[in-house]
Amino acid sequence: MPVWNIKMGRPPSVSLRGHRARYCDIVQRIEQQARWGAHAHRVLAMATSPSQTFARQSTFSVGNKFHQLLFGEAPKRTRGARVLPRMIAWTIYLTFAGAVLLILLPRPFARWIALFTTIAGLALGLIAFVHTSIADLAHFTTIVRVPWVPALGMNYHLAIDGVSLTMVLVTGISAVSTVLFSWDVEHRQNEFFFWLLLVVGGCYGVFLSADLFLLFGFYELVIVPKYFLIAIFGSTNKEYGAMKLTLYSFFGGMFVFAGILTAYATAGSLDLNELSRFQFPGQLQSWAFPVLFLGFAVLAGIWPLHTWAPTGHVAAPTAGSMLLAGIVMKLGSYAGLRVAMNLFPQGFQAWSKWIALFAVIGIVYAAAVALRQRDLKFVIGYSSVSHMGFVLLGLATANALGVSGAVLQMFSHGVIAALLFAVAGRMIYRRTHTRELDALAGMNLSGALPFAAFTFVIASAASMGIPGFSGFAAEITILIGTWKTYPLAVWITGAGIVLVAAFTLRALKQSFFGEARPSVLMQEGRVALDLDWNEQQSITPAEKCGACLLMSATLAVGVYPKLLLDRIMPAVDAMRFLK
Amino acid sequence: MSYLELLKLASTEAVVVVTALVVLAIGLTTRREATGVTVATAQGDQNVGGSSSARTNAICSFIAALGLAIAIGTALMLPRKATLFSGMLVITPLTSLFKIICMALAFFAVLLTKSEKSLRHPGEYLAILLLATVGLMLLVSSEELLMIFIGLELLGLSLYVMVAFDKTDVRSAEAGLKYFLFGSTSSAFTLFGISLIYGMSGITSLAAISEKLATVSVQPLLAVGIVMTLIGFAFKIAAAPFHLWAPDAYQGAPIPSAAFIASGSKVASFVVLGKIVLVGFAPLHGDAAWHAMVAGWSPVLAALAALSILVGNFVALAQSNLRRLLAYSAVAHAGYTLIGLVAGDREGFSAALFYTTTYAITLVGAFGVVALVRRETAGDDFSNFSGLISRSPMLAGCMSIFMLSLAGIPPLAGFFGKFYLFSVALRADAGHGLLWLVAVALFGSLISLYYYLIVLKVIFVDEPSLAIASSPDHLSPDLLQRIAVAVLAAVVLFLGLMPDALAAGLLAAMP
Repeated sequence: MPVWNIKMGRPPSVSLRGHRARYCDIVQRIEQQARWGAHAHRVLAMATSPSQTFARQSTFSVGNKFHQLLFGEAPKRTRGARVLPRMIAWTIYLTFAGAVLLILLPRPFARWIALFTTIAGLALGLIAFVHTSIADLAHFTTIVRVPWVPALGMNYHLAIDGVSLTMVLVTGISAVSTVLFSWDVEHRQNEFFFWLLLVVGGCYGVFLSADLFLLFGFYELVIVPKYFLIAIFGSTNKEYGAMKLTLYSFFGGMFVFAGILTAYATAGSLDLNELSRFQFPGQLQSWAFPVLFLGFAVLAGIWPLHTWAPTGHVAAPTAGSMLLAGIVMKLGSYAGLRVAMNLFPQGFQAWSKWIALFAVIGIVYAAAVALRQRDLKFVIGYSSVSHMGFVLLGLATANALGVSGAVLQMFSHGVIAALLFAVAGRMIYRRTHTRELDALAGMNLSGALPFAAFTFVIASAASMGIPGFSGFAAEITILIGTWKTYPLAVWITGAGIVLVAAFTLRALKQSFFGEARPSVLMQEGRVALDLDWNEQQSITPAEKCGACLLMSATLAVGVYPKLLLDRIMPAVDAMRFLK
Repeated sequence: MSYLELLKLASTEAVVVVTALVVLAIGLTTRREATGVTVATAQGDQNVGGSSSARTNAICSFIAALGLAIAIGTALMLPRKATLFSGMLVITPLTSLFKIICMALAFFAVLLTKSEKSLRHPGEYLAILLLATVGLMLLVSSEELLMIFIGLELLGLSLYVMVAFDKTDVRSAEAGLKYFLFGSTSSAFTLFGISLIYGMSGITSLAAISEKLATVSVQPLLAVGIVMTLIGFAFKIAAAPFHLWAPDAYQGAPIPSAAFIASGSKVASFVVLGKIVLVGFAPLHGDAAWHAMVAGWSPVLAALAALSILVGNFVALAQSNLRRLLAYSAVAHAGYTLIGLVAGDREGFSAALFYTTTYAITLVGAFGVVALVRRETAGDDFSNFSGLISRSPMLAGCMSIFMLSLAGIPPLAGFFGKFYLFSVALRADAGHGLLWLVAVALFGSLISLYYYLIVLKVIFVDEPSLAIASSPDHLSPDLLQRIAVAVLAAVVLFLGLMPDALAAGLLAAMP
C-alpha cells in the first residue's frame, strides 16, 4: 500500500506540532477521497476545503461546541422563533440526565424524577409541535450538528420533520403514562426507572437522529435495557421471553449493521440527508435494501420473525410491555422508513410487494392466533403484531397516502397498545393476579372496576378501528393508499379487520363482562373481589391520569387526524422513494 | 552517537528496568514467613502470618506503580522521531503512544497485584511484571526482526513465570507449563520464519526487507517464511487454532498475570504484527476479497480471523467459568482485530489498534472485578457472581459496562471499535470484497451477545446463593482496587462517547 509509505516526518519541534496535526488531517481526507472514488467528492467537498478545516479547528472552542449542542445551530434567520422548537433535542439530554440522577439519588426521589423527566420530554415535544411551522417540518430540518469523529465523517446530528415529531410525541405520551402506571413499583425502584428512562431516551434519540451511526447507536442502546426490564421485573417465563426478545432484536441489528456499513462504505457519508440524495448503484440496492429493511422489520414484528413480540410482551412488566408495544416496535418501522426506504428507493420498489405480502399475512395470521389465546396479554401481544402489519402494509404501498397512514398508525398503535397493556397488566392483573380469560370471565370485573372497564372499552373500540378514534383514521388512510397499489391486499386485510374485531370483542366480553360465577371467587391465590373490597384495590389516581392521557390522545387524533396528518404528509411527500 | 544520547532515548525502558531492580531488592531483603504457613485460600491468610507479606506487597506495588508513572512521564518527553541502530530502536509518535498505553496497562496490573493475597513473593512477581513491560516496550519500539524477537522472548519468558507463579495452585502450574510449551514451540516457528526471510532478503530491518521483497515474486520458501513468522504472533494474540493455551492461562494464572496477558501482551503483539505485515511484508499483501483471492499474508490473516471468531464465540457459549469465558471471547476478539490488519492500510491499522486498546482496557477492568469477587467468594464461576448487584452495585455496574463493551453495545468503546473495524474492512476495496469477513464477524458478535448477556443475567437477575449472601462485603481493604475498576469503566464509557480522543490520536500517529 503506497498510503503506508507517506512520510510525515519533520524535524521535531513543539511549535510545528499543531501545524502537523492539521496537515495530517488534510492528507488523510485526501486519501479517503481517493479511495472512495469520484462520487464521494461532493459529499466531502465541504469538509475538505482547507480554509474551512482550519477555521473549524482553530475557532471551535469547547464552550461554543457545548452551546451548540444544547441550543442548536446558530440560527440562520430569526433567533427567537427558532430556539423553542430546537429545544426538542433536550428530550434526549433530559431523559438520560434523569437516568443518571436515578442511580445517584436515594430511593424516595426515584418515581418523581422519572415522572418529571418524562413530563418534560412530552412538554418539549408539545412545544415543538405548537411552535414549529409546518413548512419547516416538510423536510428533515437540522437541529444540532456538531462534528463528532471527523476522521470518519461522523457528526452529532439531530434533525426533525413531521414524521419524527409525531414519533417524539407518541414517545412522550407513552413514557409519561408508563411512569404513571408504574407508580407502585417497589422492587429495586431506582433501577427500574433507570432502565425505563434509558429505553425512552434511546427512542427519542432514534427518532431525532440524522446521522446513520448515531441512529444505529441509539437503536442498539434501547435493546439491552429492555432485557433487564423484562428479566428482572417481568412475570411469566421472564428470562426466556427477555432473552428471546433480545436475541431477535440483535439478529435484526446484525442485518442493520451490515446494511449501514454497506451504505457508508459506498457513499462515504453517514449523513442521512446526504445519503438520501446519493444515487446508489441499482445492483447494490437490490440486495442491500432487503438486508437493511429486514433488520429493521424484525423489531417492527414482521410476520415470520414476529414470535419474539407476544412472548416478550407477556413476560414484560406492565411498563415494559407498554414501552415495547408503544414505542420500541415503532423504532423498527420508523427506521425502515427513514433509512432503508429513503436510501435505497429502487431496491424498495423491487421488494415492496414482498413487504406487502408479509404484512398482509401478518395482519390476518396474528389476528387469527389472537382469537385462540387464553391469556389476555397474549391476545394483546398478537394484536400488536397484527396492527404493526398495518404499518408495514402502509409503508409497502409506496404512495404518500399509504405511508402517511402508516406513520399515523405508528402513533395510534403506540397509544392504544399502551392503553391495552395498562389495563391488562396493571389494572386487572395486579388486583386479580390472573390474566386467564376463563378465570376473569367468572369475576364480572365491570362491576368491581368500572373505570378499568370504561378504559378497556375505549381502548378496544380504538383498537378495532371504530370511527372517532385514532385507529380508524390511521387504518382507513392506509387502506385507501393500499387500494391504489395492491387492491387485492385490501380485500384480504378487510377479512383481517373482522378478525381483529372478533378477538377484541371476545377479550372485552370475557375479561370485564363475563357472568359472575361464585365458585371462581373461592379459589386460592385470587383476590375475592367483591367480598372485602378496599381502597387499595380501587383504581389509583396515578392510573387514572395515565389512562386519561392515553385516551385523550387517541380521541384527539381520531376526531381531528389533520392535526398530525398535516405535519406528516408534507414530510412524507418530500421523501425520495415516492418519485 | 554518545551513550548519553542513547540513554536519553531509552530513558523510559531504563526507568522501568531500574524500578524492577529496586522492587526485586526490596522483595529479597524483607523477611519471609516460613514456608507452609500461608495457604492460599482467598480469605484465610490475613491472620496466619501474611501481615509482613502484605506490607512488602504494598511497598513493592507502590514503588512499581511510582516507577511506571515516572516512566510514563519520561515517555511524554521523548523526541518526536528518532532512529537508533538502523531501526533496532525507533521512536515515532506511534511507538511513544503505545509505550504509554502499555505502561498504563501494566500500572493497572500492578494495582491488581497489590491486594492479591496468593502471591507469596510480591517483590519477585512485580519485578518480573516490570521486565515483561520492558519486553512490551521493546516490541512496540523496534522495526528490526532480531530486536522484535528479543522483545518477544523477554516478554514470553517473563509471562511463563508470571502464569506459573502461584505455586500452591495446581491449575496455575498446569497453565504455566502449557503456556511455556506452546510458547516456546511457537517461538521456534517464528525464529525459523525470520531466518528464512533473512535468508531471502539478507537483512533484518523491516523497511529494507520491504524494498527487497518488492522485487521478488511469492515463492514457496518465502511463503513458508511468512507463515512461520505469523504463527508466532498468532500464538501471542491467541488466534485460533493457536489459542489452546489461553483458557488455561486465563483461568489458572494469578489474576494480575491473566490481566497482563490479556491486555499489554496483546496490544504490543498487535502493534508489532501490524508493523511486520504492513511495513515489512507490504509488497506481499495479497488480497482476501472473496471474488479475487491473491496469495499473500492477508488471506492467511483473514482465515485466522474467521476461524478465531467462529471457534472463540461458539466455544465460549459452553463455559460456566467467567475467566474461561473471557479467554474464549479473547480468541474471538483477536479475530475481530485481525480484520483491521487484513484491510491493510493505515486506517485499517489504526482501527485494529483502537479496537485492541479498548479491548485491553476493558479486560483489565473485568479482571479487576473478577479479582474482587474472587477474594470475597473464593471462586470465579458464574455462581460466584450471582446477585452481585445486591452485594455491590458499583462492581455490578462496572462489570456490566465491561461486558456490554465487549459485546459491542453503544455507547461503549467496543461499539465504536467494531463499527470502525468493519467499516474500514468494507471500504478497503470498491467491490466490498471483505464483506464475507464482516458477515462472519457480525454473526460472531450476535453469538457473543448471548453469553455476555448470560453473565449479566447472573449478576443482575439471579439471587445470590446462600453461602455467598452471608459473607459481608469488605469495602475498605480494596478501596484502591475499586477505584481502579471504576476508572477503567469510566474510560471505556468515555472512549465510547468520545472515540475521537483516541481515534484521531492514532490516525495522526500512524506513519
